[in-house]
Amino acid sequence: MTDTVTLTIDGHEVTVPKGTSLLHAAETLGTEVPHYCYHPGLTAPAQCRICLVEVEGAPKLQPSCVTMAQDGQVVHTDSPAAKRMRQGVLEFYLVNHPLDCPICDMSGECMLQDYVFDEGREKGRSREPKRVFGRDDFGGDVLYYGDRCVMCTRCVRFMDEVARDSRLTVVERGSRAVIDTFFDRGLEGASFAGNVVDICPVGALVSKDFLHKARAWDLDHTPSVCPNCSQGCNIELHTRDNLVQRLKPRENQEVNGHWMCDYGRANYEWMNRPGRLEEPAAGRGAKRRRVDWKSALEHLFVQLRAGVGAEVKVVGSAAASNEALAALAAVAGEAGEVSSRVFRSPRAADEVPLPGFPLLVRRHDLAPNVDGAGLLGFERTGDDEAKGGLEDVAGHDGVLFVLGDELADRNEDFGAAAGLYVYLGAFDSPAARNADYVLPVTTFAEEEGSFVNAQGRVQRYRQGLQSPGSARPAWLVLGALAAALGGHGTPATAADVFAGLVAAHAAFAGLTWDALGDRGAALRTEAVHG
Amino acid sequence: MAYPYRHESETRILSEGFGDPAARTVAGWKAMGGYAGIARALEIGREATIDEVKASGLRGRGGAGFPTGLKWSFMPKDARRPHYLLCNADESEPGTFKDREIIRWTPHQLIEGCLVGSYAIGAAHCYIYLRGEFFESTQVLARALEEAYDKGLVGRDIMGSGVDIDMTLHVGAGAYICGEETGLMSSLEGRRGEPRVKPPFPAAVGAFGMPSTINNVETLAATPHILRHGGEWYRQWGTDKSPGTKLFCVSGHVRKPGNYEFPLGFPMMELIEDVCGGIPNGRALKAVIPGGSSVPIMSADDCRECSLCYEGVEAAGSMLGCASVIVMDDTTDIVKQVRRMAYFYAHESCGQCTPCREGTAWATRILRRIEDGRGTEDDLDTLIEISEQMTGTTICVLSDSLAMPIISSIEKFRDDYLALIRRGERVGAA
Repeated sequence: MTDTVTLTIDGHEVTVPKGTSLLHAAETLGTEVPHYCYHPGLTAPAQCRICLVEVEGAPKLQPSCVTMAQDGQVVHTDSPAAKRMRQGVLEFYLVNHPLDCPICDMSGECMLQDYVFDEGREKGRSREPKRVFGRDDFGGDVLYYGDRCVMCTRCVRFMDEVARDSRLTVVERGSRAVIDTFFDRGLEGASFAGNVVDICPVGALVSKDFLHKARAWDLDHTPSVCPNCSQGCNIELHTRDNLVQRLKPRENQEVNGHWMCDYGRANYEWMNRPGRLEEPAAGRGAKRRRVDWKSALEHLFVQLRAGVGAEVKVVGSAAASNEALAALAAVAGEAGEVSSRVFRSPRAADEVPLPGFPLLVRRHDLAPNVDGAGLLGFERTGDDEAKGGLEDVAGHDGVLFVLGDELADRNEDFGAAAGLYVYLGAFDSPAARNADYVLPVTTFAEEEGSFVNAQGRVQRYRQGLQSPGSARPAWLVLGALAAALGGHGTPATAADVFAGLVAAHAAFAGLTWDALGDRGAALRTEAVHG
Repeated sequence: MAYPYRHESETRILSEGFGDPAARTVAGWKAMGGYAGIARALEIGREATIDEVKASGLRGRGGAGFPTGLKWSFMPKDARRPHYLLCNADESEPGTFKDREIIRWTPHQLIEGCLVGSYAIGAAHCYIYLRGEFFESTQVLARALEEAYDKGLVGRDIMGSGVDIDMTLHVGAGAYICGEETGLMSSLEGRRGEPRVKPPFPAAVGAFGMPSTINNVETLAATPHILRHGGEWYRQWGTDKSPGTKLFCVSGHVRKPGNYEFPLGFPMMELIEDVCGGIPNGRALKAVIPGGSSVPIMSADDCRECSLCYEGVEAAGSMLGCASVIVMDDTTDIVKQVRRMAYFYAHESCGQCTPCREGTAWATRILRRIEDGRGTEDDLDTLIEISEQMTGTTICVLSDSLAMPIISSIEKFRDDYLALIRRGERVGAA
């Protein structure tokens, strides 16, 4: 018995594993069979009826989402019968669909719009008044526009099968059917409900947060990694006007499937926070003055080289990239005897798992790179609110580096005794008053880099926003300093820094920047557990 | 109490006990030869029981006419998982009222049929899914079932045979779609009454995920007689392709509407004219829907030579369905009738499949517009095309069931539509 079947789809022979649906088999040939109710992360009820295809020998058109490929099958996705049926189904949808595309958030990425544009009738024949349901607040971030709904029931199935928190259902039947919540609770307090907005093929379920905020076609999409916990869900930053407008999950079956949690999704406004550090500055307290990068780095380099041998303390961050942390560790190592490398990071009391996709858990650690920081030699300090733990650093009299920690719980005395205090951050801080150098760095949304998630998976994120002023990625600033101090070539890209990191840290052995790609790669298991 | 309509030419097998309250008791039913069928089945064994029903040629009375013995033989032979017999007593096809009569007059006939079916497919549990509106029938059946349990006819070790067969009555909430076999299963399981995609077929994955067979009340009620007298005996009636007798539910414009039992193949006009006393008030026959509302409408001409068996009605351009003969005289407004049916189907559509959910409702609105005199001739083309799009494109056949009356009525009674459309046009022009 073989494990594959060979069939013909639209004249092309294709071999697929047994148990592959016709829809998937067509996909391997690059043919998209239109579909609404089918979603790869959910069961298929085969009810939208738009994925029907012609299978030679079958008495009727067959739903390609649930019809399994069989040896010798001859399938036509584009035969006159299949096309006529699709055109008919699309016309049926438009009998009641309000066509309020100009004010619909889904416009531009709507599957009904796309399919009708591709294959629909030029003019609909319905002359009857459209049915009106109005809209319904489902609670949480979700708003339901019943008139736009195509009754694919993806949202109901997501809550039933994936969230395993049945809060949505179909109410009434026939063309009076709508999606509704149970009693008044709705989706309020659900942890993964935002995904129903993502999987809605039309604009029936929309995000209140995003409502009327931007048109889909004005948004730039940047592959990224959710920075709000150490799960590292693969996401896209959707940006416009140099602001993050929303976060959307990006499929990765190794990490988050098609999903992300509401906590992560909602936490993006901080990426747009104004009041940034924009220019490098040097000098303590009242003597602080703006300098350019060249002179800042040259002076810092001279001071570091002169002070070699001093005791060095480093405060890093679990929100900083592997590249920044590795470069910071390298600079500190060149500067003297490193007596402490610490980071502070918030921890939640509980974890929030997604029952239907157990790999995905909103983790205890609410920072993206706790594991990377650990692998690169940083130790956690402080409490679960990312406070405290810096008492011995505050009064340190040697060299002091702070990267990415705003020191919100420290006052102006911080670093007063330091021989040399370098503060790298996106925002100024009262505790940076004594810094000899205040160097503006980019946020994760403004740079390229990588994190190590809680599974021990190294994942790259990309730049979605322009950085303000002269802010530069920390890995670029520190990489240049480390190169100057160590007498090797200056890295030009995050990839260069990563290559150096791999060479210097055994835990990362075997990985390359290109191999990480947009899906990441797992560290060798002994690195994670060793 | 005499059953209101009897005709001397009837062949009363299933309806023998109709009108006789004594038939509602175990003793009464036994006096009529009851519980001998299941006794014989238990004696000859499962395979032989299925073979006997196969030999009888009995076809499913729910509408599709699938051979019952063959259906039973699809059930897996192993007993590793529970098997279920589901009795479809959700009789809700417009124009159909035969199962109700079987249940309310001869509940033990159904119980015995369920025993035969359960035994044949190896089911230790039978669910009887009753239509929600069947208050009286449900009471009668519940009482009869209680007595059958008391007398050891149902439950553990039935009739001392060592075979266990339990029976549960489940009353639906009154939805047409729950009479569709997979919709019934969903409803029985406590879900929305929504049909499921086949495959998997019920014999593989049915109620509660277990192998199940679902049979109509009238089908099961016929099996004790077949077991008692043998398959060949049953074949003395009916035609080669449609053996046996059948209850015909006649309604509409006839003098004596009601349930009449005849051998399949009985001439339609004889049923209407002789048995039911013909059309009252001197009117002429205009149309007949021969099998419940879900089949093509027949014109008076189509009916002339039509014999009421599966193949006979098919030859006349329609389907026997569940043999619910709706007779319409020449005062009937066909457009209104079709619109009313369309409204029914739109109301009863479960709403899963797009062509049905949207198509039935859209067709209803177009028909109403035509009825109101605001239609156009283009609407007729649109209606036919919508109907074609609703045929064979959905999980179950609810939308096909509306498509057939629409298409057939426009083909056969186009003038009725045009009269309304033209009247409207004149009004519009004035």
